[in-house]
Amino acid sequence: MAVREPPPGGARTAAGPRTVLAYVIRRLFAVVMMLLVVTLTTFAIFFVIPKWAGSDPALLFVGKQADPEAIEGIRKKLELGDPLLLQFWHFVEGLFVGRDYANGSDVTHCPAPCFGYSFRTEQAVWPQLTDAMPVTLSLAAGACLLWVVGGVATGVVSALRRGTLWDRSAMTVALAGVSLPIYFTGLLSLAIFSYQLKWVDVDYKGLGDNPGMWFESLILPWITLAFLYAAMYARLTRATMLEIMGEDYIRTARAKGLRERVVIGRHAMRSTWTPILTLLGLDLGALLGGAVLTETTYNLPGLGRLAVNAISDKDLPVILGVTLIAALCIVVANLVVDLLYAVIDPRVRLG
Amino acid sequence: MTDLNKSGTPETGAVAAPGTAVGEVAAAGSPAPTAFLEVRDLRVHFPTDDGLVKSVDGLSFRLEKGRTLGIVGESGSGKSVTSLGIMGLHTAGQYGRRKARISGEIWLNGQELLGADPDEVRKLRGREMSMIFQDPLSALHPYYTIGKQIVEAYRVHHEVTKDVARKRAIELLDRVGIPQPDKRVDSYPHEFSGGMRQRAMIAMSLVNNPELLIADEPTTALDVTVQAQILDLIRDLQKEFGSAVIIITHDLGVVAELADDLLVMYGGRCVERGPAEKVFYEPQHPYTWGLLGSMPRIDRDQTDRLIPVKGSPPSLINVPSGCAFHPRCPYADVPRDGITRTERPELVQVAGSEEHFSACHMAQEDRTRIWTEEIAPKL
Repeated sequence: MAVREPPPGGARTAAGPRTVLAYVIRRLFAVVMMLLVVTLTTFAIFFVIPKWAGSDPALLFVGKQADPEAIEGIRKKLELGDPLLLQFWHFVEGLFVGRDYANGSDVTHCPAPCFGYSFRTEQAVWPQLTDAMPVTLSLAAGACLLWVVGGVATGVVSALRRGTLWDRSAMTVALAGVSLPIYFTGLLSLAIFSYQLKWVDVDYKGLGDNPGMWFESLILPWITLAFLYAAMYARLTRATMLEIMGEDYIRTARAKGLRERVVIGRHAMRSTWTPILTLLGLDLGALLGGAVLTETTYNLPGLGRLAVNAISDKDLPVILGVTLIAALCIVVANLVVDLLYAVIDPRVRLG
Repeated sequence: MTDLNKSGTPETGAVAAPGTAVGEVAAAGSPAPTAFLEVRDLRVHFPTDDGLVKSVDGLSFRLEKGRTLGIVGESGSGKSVTSLGIMGLHTAGQYGRRKARISGEIWLNGQELLGADPDEVRKLRGREMSMIFQDPLSALHPYYTIGKQIVEAYRVHHEVTKDVARKRAIELLDRVGIPQPDKRVDSYPHEFSGGMRQRAMIAMSLVNNPELLIADEPTTALDVTVQAQILDLIRDLQKEFGSAVIIITHDLGVVAELADDLLVMYGGRCVERGPAEKVFYEPQHPYTWGLLGSMPRIDRDQTDRLIPVKGSPPSLINVPSGCAFHPRCPYADVPRDGITRTERPELVQVAGSEEHFSACHMAQEDRTRIWTEEIAPKL
């Protein structure tokens, strides 16, 4: 965590290292509590509601054609007969130390972190998650880079040339970007660049396996996703920049005799970054939980697609796993944004 | 820059300004300036959708080094735009909007600024002329330390290391009366009190020893007790640095403290100008009377009410014809020989005082009579 060195004056600084540490510890505790609540809620939704609806998780696991004996075996093995809280406790315990699923002599060991086994493929959930994460991470990181550079640059130029043809066209395109859903722009780009022109092959390959094909397979999703977000960031940057350029301290910067380049690049941009970084942290956090539409559109084997498939298959352990990862990303992103905010803006006091 | 037609001759008597010998400047062409700062027929117009806003419309004055000029007037009288025009900042921040139009001449230390290369003017900003703004909290960058902002102001114009500039910043902070300057130099603006912030702002504006200091409402945002301290500081610093100072304010109390000369603005023009004691004790213009009448004074009888100027400031798009003040002037009906309402009064020298000028159609004897018999006794 980047923490600003306290100025030599010490006493009046907004956040000394000790207060920052105390703050981080408090927030981390809150994070853990929050994740616990999310887990409990998700757990309850997925394991209790089917019961109320007259369905049975055990049935979901073995399928409707199974004989009662098999169902009973599964129920015992998955401990579905236990009280909910006990089940939950075993689940949480499994996350940290792993657990054994036992039905008499039939014992399956699930190493930590144990998210259970897929109802459909009977594969452990955790490896599925770790397989999907790099895909989502690649997608989010690449798109993020594109949209921040593209969006902020467009926004700044638009603000500085307000009312010109450039500004109007950029903002019209941005409006289109905000309004067009991914499954429209995504399918359109697929149809043109992949199926018609055959410029890119969208079959995903891991970065470690084949960097060239990794790049090729992600370039369309990156651009599509970045287009959506860049539009938002361009509008935000433009609005913020216009507001900042009217601030008194920008006039002061000019009155010092600074070049306009420095006035904009140093004084105005310094303030413009604050809301952008805030939004970025939250967007990135949400995106890491799975870019559902993008991954489904481009058939990328990331968390988003994993979640969609799991939901349509009623694959409860996988849904639970993806939900937890997504919640973790968002909660951590929030924490990072808050800390970052204190670093960017000296007026913010932590606590 | 000078896209407006220059009026061939400046207003009668307009160039002879307080603080100098009168009438040295010839009327035609661009004769060399004789004063340190000389503003001639300055016009700053802003095109808007509603029409042309004539914020400053023909203003001339002169200022010598070591002297303080107070520019007073109500909001929208053109005081601040005048100062921004001198600094070359009137168009700043107008991205994509229609540009302000400025014309006239501004001579600073023998150099004409309006016709000069903008980058040359930029190099003068902060070094030869600098400015103190009204609200130091919003005028200082919230994300940079005070020291960093002063260091930056110094290093724009001096090629020195950061350490040297930092020492200079601390020295200036000490000079303007900030305790523990070597520590406070690393504080952020929000960690300062209002008065301390304005001191820091003053330190920043003085870091390059400017010869012209413009203070735009320097005390308006401050507590009353702090106001006096800041005014004292400005006065002391002026003595020390020998700069020319322009104080812009709507508060006559402020200029009474500081100014050698006064210039009263109304509707973008000068309505009265002269040595401070003349304008205070023998004011010639009904608007100046109004300003004096609306100033609370401790020695005033408490049963007397303030005498406000009735009505609201004039539109700068459709400035009233003739004297811009006539719709609000209580003496607009005083008979005057052969002058119609649509005729604009020019600045005319007040008889008996070489440096005192006023732009009023009323005969001087009428004005003197009204002042001594009707206005002065109530103040």
